[in-house]
Amino acid sequence: MSFKKVLSVTGLAASCLMLMGVLAMAQTPRSLLNVSYDVARELYKDINPAFAAAWKARTGESLTLNQSHGGSSKQAGAVIGGLEADVITMNQSPDIDILVERGGLVAKDWRAKFPHEAAPYSSVSIFVVRKGNPKGIKDWNDLTRPGTQVIIPNPKVTGNGRYTYVAALGYGLKTLGSEEAGKEFVAKIFKNVPVLDGGGRGATTTFAQRDIGDVLVTFENEAVAIETEFGAGKFEVVYPSLTIEAPAPVAIVEPVVEKKKTRDAATAYLDFLYSPEGQAIIAKNNFRPRDAAVLAKNAAKFPAVNTFTVEALLGGWARVNAAHFADGAAYDQMMTRR
Amino acid sequence: MAGASTRRVLPGFSMTLGFAIAYLSLIVLIPLSAVFLKTASLTLEQFLGHVTAPRALSAFRVTFGTALAAALVNVVFGLLLAYALVRYTFPGKTLVDALIDLPFALPTAVAGIALTAIYAKNGWLGQILEPMGVKVAFTPTGILVALIFIGLPFVVRTVQPILEDLDTEYEEAAASLGATRLETVRRVVLPALLPALTTGFTLAFARAVGEYGSVIFIAGNMPLVSEIAPLIIITKLEQYDYAGATAIAAVMLVASFALLLAINLAQGWTAKRRGRG
Repeated sequence: MSFKKVLSVTGLAASCLMLMGVLAMAQTPRSLLNVSYDVARELYKDINPAFAAAWKARTGESLTLNQSHGGSSKQAGAVIGGLEADVITMNQSPDIDILVERGGLVAKDWRAKFPHEAAPYSSVSIFVVRKGNPKGIKDWNDLTRPGTQVIIPNPKVTGNGRYTYVAALGYGLKTLGSEEAGKEFVAKIFKNVPVLDGGGRGATTTFAQRDIGDVLVTFENEAVAIETEFGAGKFEVVYPSLTIEAPAPVAIVEPVVEKKKTRDAATAYLDFLYSPEGQAIIAKNNFRPRDAAVLAKNAAKFPAVNTFTVEALLGGWARVNAAHFADGAAYDQMMTRR
Repeated sequence: MAGASTRRVLPGFSMTLGFAIAYLSLIVLIPLSAVFLKTASLTLEQFLGHVTAPRALSAFRVTFGTALAAALVNVVFGLLLAYALVRYTFPGKTLVDALIDLPFALPTAVAGIALTAIYAKNGWLGQILEPMGVKVAFTPTGILVALIFIGLPFVVRTVQPILEDLDTEYEEAAASLGATRLETVRRVVLPALLPALTTGFTLAFARAVGEYGSVIFIAGNMPLVSEIAPLIIITKLEQYDYAGATAIAAVMLVASFALLLAINLAQGWTAKRRGRG
């Protein structure tokens, strides 16, 4: 039967993989595991060989660099569950804070260990509209208009969606004067959401491929990916008057580098992200670099934009999560009465 | 040695039973008991808060409702397919037979993406259906379509061998004794197939209740409308609320188990009744 065939093929593949794993373990050169979120896959595919070459030039050691990607909270959960990550690179700080809370896997003061609050790059939430911007969407308040369909990934399960929610909340707070009014403002936007995809890339597919919605709210780096994937000129990027800065924090997993004796390499790996070479690779992958010179060189790609951070305007993620995203909090309330 | 009263015809009873229990415990019972242990870390009030929240209740309704509907649809059309495959020969029959297993082998996410692409408003079927006012992708109907897709092989593959064993002579005998075609199907074929159909139904239903990968792409995931219970679990896991996630899981487990048990009991009961009557 074909089912049996499938089984035997999977069995064969599994045993091959296991054999490879055993062979790989037999050699045991030092290795680093970077546990990261989904969208950073291509970035670290570029960073890893560059760092390996730089490390070899500096120390003569051939370092094996492994990367693991997935939904950021799932990845953090895997590290809590015992996945031996030397470093974690995430797209929102709660996914690193949870490693401090659960078992002290990361130093309490991880933000102070590397420059820029330990975030070597950032992105911003922006709008992608269809060619010619037929609905004339310029700013957040245009998203509240009845009849405008807005595509946002599910804030309950994606960092992308959560940043969008918070960006709209911040705009509402600034223009209307209170967080309460801001909440009403966000509720109006979410009234216009026809589909809540389970991931940032899923929302992109819904908007660009399925042809649903008038505007997609997503990260700047995702918008550039849309251009490359679907061809330039089909969509336009609109920068709202105010948006959120989404820093991508990094940290060392203390017990793992102690056990594997890889602290030097892990620290150098994260430092490399801040080096001019690392920053150039970051910019090439459409994330906003911190290095002023690299940023200036890519000014056309990253236009100046007015931003705020969750910490500065809304009192940090812990407060925002409790007040807005916890079960039964503001987001649940607006979604159950729409 | 054991006395004559406990002696069995087949040897190896205690060994097989021991192995069966140990194996079941290792593979099924111990992992599942972890769900209930984790849930037990909640107070009753917290537990009820998780499982009676409007979103959770609506998700249970959507999940169990669409799973039941999909299993019923699969029973009807799975039977038809199995009947066509067993009773008739036609060109390309082996190919069709092989196609039936495809939903087993395909990664569910691929199925979900493919179905969404077809049923979205610019997809092959979507662009025909949507002007007629039928929206499939991003509605509960989409969930139903995905669940029908993944559940189909269960009914076909359980009914097929029974139908193969059921000699056509019975149908011929019924016809020669003056039964109409409908009567033959209703009183000769269906009763013989009922146990297999019920098994296929339960398998398809159980599979549909837990399905996540394919549904998530086509559902639209709007709270209170097209949000499935497994998504609520994922949502809670994303927020590191492991106990809350297991609370929802525990309710799903108990509800599924109760339904499956009821179906099995009903099946045993009808088998007994038919045996006597």
